[in-house]
Amino acid sequence: MNATITAALAGNPNVGKSTVFNALTGMHQHTGNWAGKTVGCAEGTFSGEGRTVILTDLPGIYSLSSHSPEEEAARDFLADARPDTVVCVCDACCLERSLILAMQICDLADDVILCVNLIDEAEKKGITVDREKLESLTGCPVVLTAARQNAGLAELKSAVVHHRPRTPSNLMGTPAERAEQLARTCVTIRSGRDPTARDRKIDRILCGRFTAVPVMLLLLAFVFWLTLSGSGYLSDALDTGLSFLARHLRAFLLTILPENLALLLADGVAGTVFRVTAVMLPPMAIFFPLFTLLEDLGYLPRAAFSLDRCFACCGSCGKQSLTMLMGLGCNAAGVTGCRIIDSPRERLIAVLTNSLVPCNGRFPAILAVLSCLGLGTVSSAAAMTGVLLLSVGMTFLVSKLLSVTILRGTPSSFTLELPPYRMPQVGRVIVRSVFDRTVFVLGRAVSVSAPAGALIWLAANTDIGGTSIYAHLTRLLDPVGRFAGMDGTLMLAFLFALPAAELMLPLALAGGTAVSLADTFDIPAAFAANGWGPVTAVCVLLFTLFHFPCATTLLTIKKETGSVGYTVLAAVIPTVIGYGLCVGVRVLFG
Amino acid sequence: MNNKNIRSLSDLRPGETAAVLFLTDPAHDLAERLTDLGLTAGSAVTCTMKSPLGDPCAYLIRGAVIALRRADASIVAVGEVL
Repeated sequence: MNATITAALAGNPNVGKSTVFNALTGMHQHTGNWAGKTVGCAEGTFSGEGRTVILTDLPGIYSLSSHSPEEEAARDFLADARPDTVVCVCDACCLERSLILAMQICDLADDVILCVNLIDEAEKKGITVDREKLESLTGCPVVLTAARQNAGLAELKSAVVHHRPRTPSNLMGTPAERAEQLARTCVTIRSGRDPTARDRKIDRILCGRFTAVPVMLLLLAFVFWLTLSGSGYLSDALDTGLSFLARHLRAFLLTILPENLALLLADGVAGTVFRVTAVMLPPMAIFFPLFTLLEDLGYLPRAAFSLDRCFACCGSCGKQSLTMLMGLGCNAAGVTGCRIIDSPRERLIAVLTNSLVPCNGRFPAILAVLSCLGLGTVSSAAAMTGVLLLSVGMTFLVSKLLSVTILRGTPSSFTLELPPYRMPQVGRVIVRSVFDRTVFVLGRAVSVSAPAGALIWLAANTDIGGTSIYAHLTRLLDPVGRFAGMDGTLMLAFLFALPAAELMLPLALAGGTAVSLADTFDIPAAFAANGWGPVTAVCVLLFTLFHFPCATTLLTIKKETGSVGYTVLAAVIPTVIGYGLCVGVRVLFG
Repeated sequence: MNNKNIRSLSDLRPGETAAVLFLTDPAHDLAERLTDLGLTAGSAVTCTMKSPLGDPCAYLIRGAVIALRRADASIVAVGEVL
């Protein structure tokens, strides 16, 4: 007897498949409350009764008919890898739908275990599943689980270890017909209760004709207020800690290395990395858990549902609203998030337009520049709202333009599942969003800011003919800047802020030396001292909103699209828009 | 079959339930997906809500709520409102 058992985990999206996978293998993998999250197959192992089980988590699918890449992958795995047993995870709350896939799998494999998950949720909704009847009718072992509560998992493990071929079943007809028969005989819904009544009530508010948009804006405002106010404190604390570290690192390097090399490493590389960490980490550490929370609650697919019409008009789809929302946190994360869009054409539109939405890194800069315009609190808030509306409007405009030019096509048909509202598991949400998104983005940011920091330092500290390269470049870029209502200092700051947009303002205000930590500026005073008036401020604001995305985002776009051309396009589109708008402002008001 | 009793799924108003009859366009790129979701002859489908701008609509199909655009839902022929 072979000691190792191979098993595959299959199921519809959003039935808690990944939760079952994590609970069985202890491996952490992202599970969210919207359809189509697991791309590719994750693998994990667990042991039971002295035997090792290799478990492959197949992507969430609706059928095996291979008209999506996920379905094809799942079908190929089941047909080619021929696992010893297939665990089919079903949702007890909509067993009939889950069983369609289960029946298709039974047609393909002999050894199938039905795992009826979310049994706790079903009980609350008054749904009972007759396990014995389901087992005798399908001929498969049936295990009832509530994976989030770790209930039924021991039984599931033992069912996998003692897997056996299916006993003959008398069911006839297509998978859908069999699923219907099974649901009719095995599922009882307590009379007088509509299991979806509670969700419909919440839907009436969250997706209501007059309430959907106000609720969305309020939620967005709340998330932003929490992110911006919270990250202020965190950034300060982190800055203090990292400056301390930087000072000691600098002193230490000066003792062991030649002075110039030590300063390059300490002030250039370490200084920039620390600065990027201090400004990027806190907003992400707050924004992403909040985003994941909304995702787990089931709100995000509803937002896509409410906004789909607007996006369909622009030749795109409602899921783009979610990638934009994620772009508000971080454009690199937003670009990765575009995977949820099924149609390749619409996915590209979402990728190319993502950086038109200001990320957490540019948001504070925009707020700071607004403060130079001498507006009151109310008009500042109104101006900020205007900035956001401009960014959303530009996204629609560019999406529309792309879909009638290089990415021509009609909106593809789409199906969007609106999962039941679920209480998120707060602890797990925080851990997952920090590990999966924050650390991922931060890792990429650090890897691009280290070499960039060295370059900036070299430019500021290498003299040619008595002036630094930084000053030479500033002079070179001056006409380019002046044409768009700015100057060479600002243009060079935008260019050198490529590793992280947060670096732009400090670089502009201190001319290449601002990469040292814990610098604070009185921004309006600094603007006045540089002779930058209101027109310059407006131009800086517009160019901050629309210019080439940061290096982390560009790297991610390259990874996601696999094309240098699209990466260049993603940088050119916003830059042309921003530069054009600035030139317009200069001509009209300058 | 009496034509008067055949309607399109996209004509269903929120709260109305009808039984699926057939797909009017089996070659539509969404036809297979709709079948997989459980929109097969005889199954009951309820329109649960319209989105704020009227399109797409959400449908309760075999216990799961799925949003479909008007253009896509129109390929599903349903019987009289139950």
